[in-house]
Amino acid sequence: MIMMTIIGMAIVTAVPRFIPAFFMGQTTFKPWVNRWLNAIPFAALGALIFPGVMNVIEDRPLIGIAGGLIAAVIALFNVNVIFAVLGAILTVFLLTM
Amino acid sequence: MEQVHSYSSTNDFSRKSVIKRGAVAGFPIFLGYLPIAIAYGVLAKESGLSTFETTMMSVLVFAGAAQLMTAGMFAAGTMFIEIVIATFVLNFRHFIMSMSFMNTTKRFPLKWRFPLSLGLTDETFAVSSLHKEEAEQKNGTYFYATLILMAYIGWIFGSLAGALLGDVLPETLSTSMGIALYAMFIGLLVPSIKKEWRIGLIAAFSMVLNYVFNVIWSISSGWSIVLATVVGSFLGVILLKEEENS
Repeated sequence: MIMMTIIGMAIVTAVPRFIPAFFMGQTTFKPWVNRWLNAIPFAALGALIFPGVMNVIEDRPLIGIAGGLIAAVIALFNVNVIFAVLGAILTVFLLTM
Repeated sequence: MEQVHSYSSTNDFSRKSVIKRGAVAGFPIFLGYLPIAIAYGVLAKESGLSTFETTMMSVLVFAGAAQLMTAGMFAAGTMFIEIVIATFVLNFRHFIMSMSFMNTTKRFPLKWRFPLSLGLTDETFAVSSLHKEEAEQKNGTYFYATLILMAYIGWIFGSLAGALLGDVLPETLSTSMGIALYAMFIGLLVPSIKKEWRIGLIAAFSMVLNYVFNVIWSISSGWSIVLATVVGSFLGVILLKEEENS
């Protein structure tokens, strides 16, 4: 039953991913549609970060915010993204000890 | 994420050097996925999945947030259909991301676009979007394929490691790893904002929207992210400059 659930999850994840491969591409869009599509990565990142980051530690939203802020500060230095990840993990680890 | 367009000056588009650039771009995702995948592996194992099932979920689904969520649902004894529906809702954002990525790579033949689309996650999409110039170059397909494969291998390998490590990891450390996904999103977003402040406005607008939809209006987080992304990105129609239309 667990494998069936996993296969079900795989199907409902894969289908939305590949459908645009078939219908995007034939058409050339107006400039405003291209600007909209180009903005999607940044809007998606924003929505993925907030408010989810506040739920990293249940009922303690400030810890997630602190981890996120440390990640942002590290990222300002144009270092590899892995340092932001490690810095944030360390921050949350120290705050929950 | 380093120096978004640092490679655009290069003129070497041999298959080998394109693959190398893809590996360089994919490596941070590979490393960043390790702690998240380990956390998922530990959690899935704790919720009663076997090492094989834990790893196969990563092979077949390849979606971090959904896998972490369902590991918890398996632990709570949730039904098949509920888990599948929750996964669909949570991963539907990849449909929107795929539309954007498939517009960038419209020159590629379908035999490439199809497998590449299956490898789209939040992170592979974000990093690919920061390297749009490769889509216009010779052998560009190899760039994205390598980037995605790096991420995929890191994800599977980390899940297996987490399933095997299991309880070796102290609990406070595996809980702390929950921040890793968010730190990666932030690490990918901040350098772009540094280069173009308008991007920060788009991201901030979509954060506010997601807060309103999810917290105030109590829309499930999956649909809320989809709505906030679609509505929030419309700000780009006004804010982004013409040269950004590729």
